[in-house]
Amino acid sequence: MIAKPYALFKKDFSSELRTRYAINSLAMFIIVAISVILFSIGNETINENLTGGLFWVVIFFTAMSGLARAFVSEEERGTTLTLQLIASPSTVFSGKLIFNLILVFCMNLVIAILYSALFERFVVQNFALFLLTFILGNIGLAVASTIIAAIIAKAGAKGTLYPVLSFPILLPLILTCVQLTLFSFDGTSFEEAQFEVAIVVGYDVIMLTASYMLFDFIWKD
Amino acid sequence: MIWKIFLFILLAFVSIAGIAFPIVEKPSAWYEFPFIPGLEENAKIIFFHVPTAWLTVIAFLMSTVFSFRYLKTKNLDEDAKAYSAAQLGMIFCILATVTGAVWAKFAWGQFWSWDPRQTSIFAILLIYGALFALRSSIESEDKRATLSAVYSMIAFVTVPFFIFIMPRIMKGLHPGSADDSNAGPVVDFQMNSSMQLIFFLSLIGFTILYFWMWKVGYKSIIIRDKINKQLISPNSSGQGG
Repeated sequence: MIAKPYALFKKDFSSELRTRYAINSLAMFIIVAISVILFSIGNETINENLTGGLFWVVIFFTAMSGLARAFVSEEERGTTLTLQLIASPSTVFSGKLIFNLILVFCMNLVIAILYSALFERFVVQNFALFLLTFILGNIGLAVASTIIAAIIAKAGAKGTLYPVLSFPILLPLILTCVQLTLFSFDGTSFEEAQFEVAIVVGYDVIMLTASYMLFDFIWKD
Repeated sequence: MIWKIFLFILLAFVSIAGIAFPIVEKPSAWYEFPFIPGLEENAKIIFFHVPTAWLTVIAFLMSTVFSFRYLKTKNLDEDAKAYSAAQLGMIFCILATVTGAVWAKFAWGQFWSWDPRQTSIFAILLIYGALFALRSSIESEDKRATLSAVYSMIAFVTVPFFIFIMPRIMKGLHPGSADDSNAGPVVDFQMNSSMQLIFFLSLIGFTILYFWMWKVGYKSIIIRDKINKQLISPNSSGQGG
């Protein structure tokens, strides 16, 4: 059950290690985005609301710059047909999803570490809540961006359309995650934040189910 | 023909009545509207703003239903129906946004304040825009229909967060929000029967108008596709294609 998606993931992972395209571009994008923010705020101290918002802005645009690779690279190398022959659609989607999940977790970990080092007001009071938000938000981000990447790869319009299509889909997730991040800065307890947590959990579950059901239609044509 | 005249009379009556009938403290005559605290004279926008917002959702729902049917049957006519519904949904979404912003200018003091309702209508506007951007980027008909159907279904599972959950749980200024104490559920309690009558007549009139426009829209799309195909591959047995 898990062996085939894992094999596909290993293929992606080793080809990624060979070229290091996604890792390099994501790392540079994070540095560029954060330094632009640091230049524009100068010597001023920005408040907590803005810090929490900018944290998710950087996460969103970094994801948009790198996660489309998963399917676009297959189309570019012309290996889509081979994949269609040797694996079922759900296996392909699982493999790509595992790859994107790991990529999203690494990238957001780097962003979080850089933020806590560089921004004064990035002080997390309720660490457990922040960790929960971080994990749930990353899962939702990875699932949604993987399915949109599959659409983009088939649509042929590689770069520009990706954030346009992803933004409305990700908006409920990002808005709720910004709210939860602010809660964790304020030290709000779990009981008060449970409704927002429930929204994020619901989003993840719905998105995962819909993606698995709809991926067949995108993949087979 | 007869129902087109009926629709014209209905919408004309709703427009005149909605704008001209006075709002008074204690309505006695049948044409007088009650005074709703918190809404006051601005309450009249309900006859035009609510139907457009309602049709935005209906169009989105229909677009998704026909997308689903396209994925099941692979019949391009279903895609034309979904596309036509989405086009109308975009128009009504813009109308709802604009009428809402105009109302907000007089009720809240500024056109746009990122109230939860405004955020949600903005997100729906973005989804429609993204759908059209996706459609225009794909050449092949089947692929365009499939991918836009999949996208509109993915969008449809996230949209309930916006339309139904978020505006009702978050604190906002829009009537019907979580902390709304004075304007409350406007339709149920604070309208008198004449106001309700005109409100529902307006809702019915706009819905009929929508279905009429939708039918004209999808038929014209189907006919246009047919003519395009004839131009590309004429019936002669030569090298069409």
